This record gives sequence, C-alpha cells and structure tokens, in this order.
Amino acid sequence: MKVSSLPFSGATAEGDRSVQGALVLCGLAVLLFAATLVSLSSGPTGVGLGELWRYATGNASQLAAQDLVVLEAVRLPRTALGILVGAGLAVSGAMMQGLFRNPLADPGIVGVTSGAALAAVVAIVLGPTLLSPLTRILGNQFLPLMAFCGALANTWVLYLIATQDGRTSTTALILSGIAIGALSAAVMGLLIFLADDRQLRDITFWSLGSLGGATFGRVLSVLPFVAAVLVVIPFVARGLDALILGDAAAFHMGIPVQRLKKVVIIAVAAACGSTVAVAGSIGFVGIIVPHLLRLLMGPSHRFLLLGSALGGGALLLLADSVARTIAAPAELPIGVITALFGAPVFLFLLLGKGGIRLKDMP
Amino acid sequence: MICGRDITVVRSGRKLLDAVSMELRPGQFTVVIGPNGAGKSTLMKILSGEIAPDEGEVSYFGSAAQLYPPAELARRRAVLPQAVQLAFPFTALEIVRMGAVAQGALQPTEQARRALSKVGLRGFEARPYPSLSGGEQQRVQFARALAQVPEAVVDDMPRALFLDEPTASLDLGHQISVLEVARDFARAGGIVFAILHDLNLAAEFADHLVVLDQGRVVDAGACCQTVSDRTIGAVYGISGAVGRLPAAHIPFVLPQSRHR
Repeated sequence: MKVSSLPFSGATAEGDRSVQGALVLCGLAVLLFAATLVSLSSGPTGVGLGELWRYATGNASQLAAQDLVVLEAVRLPRTALGILVGAGLAVSGAMMQGLFRNPLADPGIVGVTSGAALAAVVAIVLGPTLLSPLTRILGNQFLPLMAFCGALANTWVLYLIATQDGRTSTTALILSGIAIGALSAAVMGLLIFLADDRQLRDITFWSLGSLGGATFGRVLSVLPFVAAVLVVIPFVARGLDALILGDAAAFHMGIPVQRLKKVVIIAVAAACGSTVAVAGSIGFVGIIVPHLLRLLMGPSHRFLLLGSALGGGALLLLADSVARTIAAPAELPIGVITALFGAPVFLFLLLGKGGIRLKDMP
Repeated sequence: MICGRDITVVRSGRKLLDAVSMELRPGQFTVVIGPNGAGKSTLMKILSGEIAPDEGEVSYFGSAAQLYPPAELARRRAVLPQAVQLAFPFTALEIVRMGAVAQGALQPTEQARRALSKVGLRGFEARPYPSLSGGEQQRVQFARALAQVPEAVVDDMPRALFLDEPTASLDLGHQISVLEVARDFARAGGIVFAILHDLNLAAEFADHLVVLDQGRVVDAGACCQTVSDRTIGAVYGISGAVGRLPAAHIPFVLPQSRHR
C-alpha cells in the first residue's frame, strides 16, 4: 500500500470532527458551570452571586441565617436535582434515538415517560396499602425503582412492537408509542379515581413536572441511577454508532448487538424512570439537547452522549431558573417551559431542517 | 480458509439453502450468481457468520464460526451490505472510520482516509453521508469494509471480504474499479466472496464461479466451464445467449472487451 506517497498524513481535519467534539464538550462544561451559578443565585430571595462567593470560600458565617437556609435547604438540592434530572433525560433521549436509529425517538413522545409516571402513581396510591411491604423494605428507593420498572416495561414492549428483523419503522415507533402512552394514561386515570386528596396533589405534580420540593433525599435517590447510566456511556458509544448502520452492519463490525441493545434499554429506563420519579414528566429535554448537539458536533455518540449529559443539566437548570423567576413569587411548572421550547424544535425536525430528512428514516 | 459444509437453512418451512458446501480459498475471487431468491444473500449471511445454519457448519481456519466472538470475527472479515440508509448526518470519513475502529487500528482516521482514496472518494471526507448519491454511498460502504481489513494477509492469516452486490448502484466505470480493488485484495492473498448479477462482470473477475438456484449449487468451477448455454438456460431461462453476438442493429457493450 502506498501509504507514504499520500499527501494528507494527518495534517487536515477534513471530515473528522473529533477536535470539534472535544471543544464543544469543553464549552458545555463551562455552560453547565455558568448555569449552576445562575440557578444557585436566582430566585425571589436575595441570595446573589456575592453571597454565593462568600459561601463557597468558607465564609458562610457572614451570611444571614435566612439566606443560609435558602441556599442549603432549597437551592443546593434543587440545583443538584436539576443537573441530575436534565442529564438523565437528555442522555436517555440520545441513547433511545441511537437504539431506534431515529432522531424522533424521545422517551416522552413514545410513551416511556408515561410508563414511569404510571408506575410512580401506582407507588403513591398503592404504596401505603397493597404494596406496603415493598415500601418498608425499599424506603426512599421505592418510588424511583417502581418508575424504573415502569419505564423498562414500556421501552421493552415498544422495542418488541416497533423493531422487527432488526429494523425500526418510524411509523410503528410513533404509533405504538402513542398507544402505550394512552394505555398508561388510562390506567393512571383509574388510579386517580382511587386516590385520596393528598395523593391527588402528588399525582398532579408528576403530570406537570417540577423541580420544586427538591430535597437531598431525592437527590440521593436519583443519583445512583443517573451515575450508573453515565458510567455505561463509554461502553455503548461505539456500539450505538455502528448500530446506526443497522443490526447486521453493527455485528459485522464486531458489536455484540443483542447485548448492546439490552444494556441500552436498561440504561434508558434507568435514566428516564428515576428522573420521572423525582421530578415528574418533563418533556422534550431528551429531544432538544441531542438534536442541537448533533448540529454542533455531529451525530457520533463518542461525544454526543457525554455532551447530552452536560447540556441536559445546563438546559434544565436554565429552564428552572426561568420557571422560578418569571412569575415570582409564584412558580411556573418547568414542563411548560421545556415544552414551549421543545415542541417547536420537534416540528422543525419533522420539516427536515438540520440535516435530518424523514425520507432517510428507516 | 473459510469452509461451509452441508449448509441447510429453513425459513417458514422453505429451504433457502439445501445442503450447500463450498470453500473460500485465500487468493481466490469467488463469485456467486443466480436468479432472485436463489439464496445468494442467505449464503453470504451464513459464510460471514451473521446467522447460524440450521444444519451443517461453517468453519473459519479450522474452528467453527460460532466460536468466534463478534469482535474477533470483525478483525478477520469485513462485509459490504446492500444499500444502507442513515437518518443521521455522519460524514463519509466518520462512516469509514467505524470500519477502521472495528479492526482495532491504531490510527483509525488515517486508515479511513486511505480507504476512501482507494475507492476514488478523496475529497469526499467531510460530505454528509445522507447527501451523497446512491453510488457514492455504496463506495463509502465499500471503503468502510476496506478500512476494516486493510491488509489481505496478516501474520500469514488471510483476511476475507464479503461483498453483497457491490456494483448494484454504480456506473460501469466504477463497477469495474470496485471489482479491481477486490481482485487486488484476492491477488494479495486475501479471500473475496461476492454476489453479482452482471454475468459479464462475473465472468471477467471470478476465479471461481458458483451458480446457485433454488438453494442448491447448480454448478461451480472456472468461468469458462460454468458460464455455458446449458447452465444459463436452465437457471435464468435464457438460452442461446452465451458467446454469441446480438443482431447487427443492436449495439452492445462488453466490459471484458477492453482487454483485447
């Protein structure tokens, strides 16, 4: 082979977006840091950047007692929860789009979120009575585990229906997603019928989605799930890239396809289920973040998955900051904000903008 | 050497392959021809280790293909599938790079660039795959397969290239250049297995030609024996066409004639 006679020898980056990907990742890390500062310093009470600086530099004693409470008991857990939930939602969206080879797959749109929400409602309504032994054993983890199982069940059923002979049809995916979502909603309606007033308030919270009422307990209950999904990223990134070319091509390139799919389905369910358990169903994060990132860094999962974690965290923190301040002291449900941004992006995708065309979809 | 012995594949009660045996030898360009539904693609799936036969066995260099983990198999053989469509805008280079990574290349990006220039797509590195024409997409996929087995022989072990209709959406010039690259791979000691529909191309490039019909090997051997009026008539239902010129008013183009 005439290797040395070829003139490129690494000098050109033509077609190779590795450097670009790494740069965007750095940018996203900075963005997440900035969003964290915004989230910690915005809200109806006067804890601003100055107070934050004093707190961070170990001069917490200079803060008013009330400010200290606001920061430690309200904003810190809320911010931590926002990062975890945003990261979980965006990564589960990106993984699902890779698994189904389809940029329109989103846990919210194809009914996975409603599976998680249904299981969460089951846990709330039946937890004190029918399922009380489980509640006692699992404690704080009961709700996220239930939501994880609900999400897993829906993802699995969806995959079985929409993917046949290794090909996923967009139509089958969206339609079966709608059916599964409707079924989950109907069962949820039945359970709401059985619920008492306090349970009803909890259930309303799930359906709108909110980071309000964040506690460190909730942060700790979602943390292991999101952490596990983040750990899985480097092991599935190459496989998901290869899977975009189809099951057979992925196998030809040495990917153990069935094992990869199982791991990804479980990871999607873990990320989506656990975040729904602590923050309700917040839509469209799983579709906006990966889509915008594909425009910036290309579709390779080597960068996309980690980028989605960073970008999802940042987006959710910013959306939550808006939700808290725009109608202060009242609070808008965060799901409203993400849907206001996300639904148009979804429609834009259907229009075929951003390098994605419906006719190329399997 | 890659061997298939007495391979039978049954789907929905129908025998797609019926006791097919064949050997893919190093240094040999093996071509399979046959009408639609003859079982050509199934045979390729079996020989490339993608599916297991219902009866019979496939061995890679003496051990059963099923014993190889997918990653190990990927280092020994690459497969060019039929048309691949993507819903994500990977660049041509990124697609080809996946093949190089599957090989375990130390410099996958460089290897990918080399493979792209081998199929005449230098300058196409940054083009988004979905925006390429059908023929260009096909050549990008061919480059991906080449990047996966860049050397025909490594440590005295031959590598294999499986090509499913590699010329399907290519113009005549590119049909020939793609098959020439495959033939060079075989000349260098590699194993090449291709499914072709064009009998003229098959006759020109095949060292070993296998005629498949209704899941059975009808004939196998050198082209001058297998491409006979009897076989072509029996398999395709078109007789009296081998080695004869058409009527004087019909022009014809035979790629083999360029060597005269």
